[in-house]
Amino acid sequence: MAYSDKVMDHYDNPRNVGKMDDMDDSVGTGMVGAPACGDVMRLQIKVNDAGIIEDAKFKTYGCGSAIASSSLLTEWVKGRTLDEAASIKNTEIAEELALPPVKIHCSVLAEDAIKAAVKDFRAKHAADQQTAVAVGE
Amino acid sequence: MKLPIYFDYAATTPVDPRVAQKMSECLLAEGNFGNPASRSHKYGWEAEEAVELARRQVADLVNADPREIVWTSGATESDNLAIKGVAHFYKNKGKHLITSRIEHKAVLDTCRHLEREGFEVTYLEPGSDGIVTPEQVAAAIREDTVLVSIMHVNNEIGVINDIAAIGEVCRAKKVFFHVDAAQSAGKIDIDLEAMKVDLMSFSAHKIYGPKGVGALYVRRKPRIRLEAQIHGGGHERGMRSGTLATHQLVGMGEACRIAKAEMHEEQIRIGALRERLWQGLQDIEEIHVNGSFDKRVSGWLNVSFNYVEGESLIMSLSDLAVSSGSACTSASLEPSYVLRALGLNDEMAHSSLRFSVGRFTSEEDVDYALAKIHLAVNKLRELSPLWDMYKDGVDLTKIEWAAH
Ligand SMILES: Cc1ncc(COP(=O)(O)O)c(C=O)c1O
Repeated sequence: MAYSDKVMDHYDNPRNVGKMDDMDDSVGTGMVGAPACGDVMRLQIKVNDAGIIEDAKFKTYGCGSAIASSSLLTEWVKGRTLDEAASIKNTEIAEELALPPVKIHCSVLAEDAIKAAVKDFRAKHAADQQTAVAVGE
Repeated sequence: MKLPIYFDYAATTPVDPRVAQKMSECLLAEGNFGNPASRSHKYGWEAEEAVELARRQVADLVNADPREIVWTSGATESDNLAIKGVAHFYKNKGKHLITSRIEHKAVLDTCRHLEREGFEVTYLEPGSDGIVTPEQVAAAIREDTVLVSIMHVNNEIGVINDIAAIGEVCRAKKVFFHVDAAQSAGKIDIDLEAMKVDLMSFSAHKIYGPKGVGALYVRRKPRIRLEAQIHGGGHERGMRSGTLATHQLVGMGEACRIAKAEMHEEQIRIGALRERLWQGLQDIEEIHVNGSFDKRVSGWLNVSFNYVEGESLIMSLSDLAVSSGSACTSASLEPSYVLRALGLNDEMAHSSLRFSVGRFTSEEDVDYALAKIHLAVNKLRELSPLWDMYKDGVDLTKIEWAAH
């Protein structure tokens, strides 16, 4: 299997590898995939009060293309709003990394991961608002 | 050091220089290039002499009679000739065959083909150690069973079956017994005078001979008959037609001669290299040996690294020529059927590596590999959310994964 230079670059020097505290209110976590399918991605975002993604971290169990897709994504989402991040398309990732057709699913997984992280963050805050209302009553 | 370092002697071996020398003497006009079937001149006679010497060398390696050796193009053809040859010849006696799930495709696919022709095949499940027992074989034999085909050494895990004991079972029940010995001949002792094996397949390129040549042992007493699969000039007593490839056969003969002379010493050296590799891997957590550790040929190790994905592992080990059980490296995009048959889950089958060392492997090669493997496994676990979870004490089997 031949890998593109960009995949190799992310694979050799993955960006933003790490883990954030998923209990932290400012953190949204998306974990997608399954070990039996050969890839699991965990993508985490840290969101500031203005609703901008300040930081992002990932860990991925998977092939080189899956690692590169998630590494690239952490770079892309930093500095974006939640809506902007959630609208990143897998085709943009696949194109940037020149993924071959058999590896397109890696970019799909990355798209799923950021959507899941945004959803998790929003769910946490929806709960906050509800408790705030409840306390106010 | 030549990179990538070769750790795939189970796939094939380089030709020994002594073998190459003998082969090269059978090619040119001034060499022994004649057709061994030419009966009317010296070129033919000399070629025939060389081929018959080679036949004796193959027979000597396994304590057989040279008249019991039929030349073929390799173990694939030998397996085909043995299994189809017996099934077709004895089809009026019965149409049931027995083999195992972890045979080489040359056996499995041949059996599938016979099933399409109306034969019935029982596929024995090996234990988690990769071994098929004589008891299993005995229990599967029926009135209409004509042939049992069980490999001696498995090509993926290197585990050794007790073919002497299985042979006793088959002989007692009057069922023919074929053994694929492509991976065992020249590595462990085989005595066909003592063992009750009727047919045995060999390949030259696993023992430092050339690719494209092999042999089938066909027992004379008690006699077993075969229906030819390749028809033509009636070479090899009608069992396999085609002009004999003198240089190939001479190469296989010389490879067998060297194996017989040097096997015991060589296996000790190779065993020490494998042990060095295994000891060097001991400090890696969550590593599993696939197949029985004790009942295996000396040069091989098949290991899985938990929480590391197979394709990225191979990617990080590009300086090592190893084989992988990962789907990504197989033509079928399925993880190894052999490892699956041992009960490994997909993840463990994906993250398996087969190391096989051989005649030209050095201690430095092994040490270099160990350093690379440590780097790769550490890096990938550092990157793995599954490793994090394992370290945090999360039971991964209890998580509901969203399969995609
Ligand atoms: C167990 C076994 N049987 C058969 C074969 C096929 O041998 P050949 O390549 O000589 O056809 C191999 C090697 O690939 C093997 O390992």
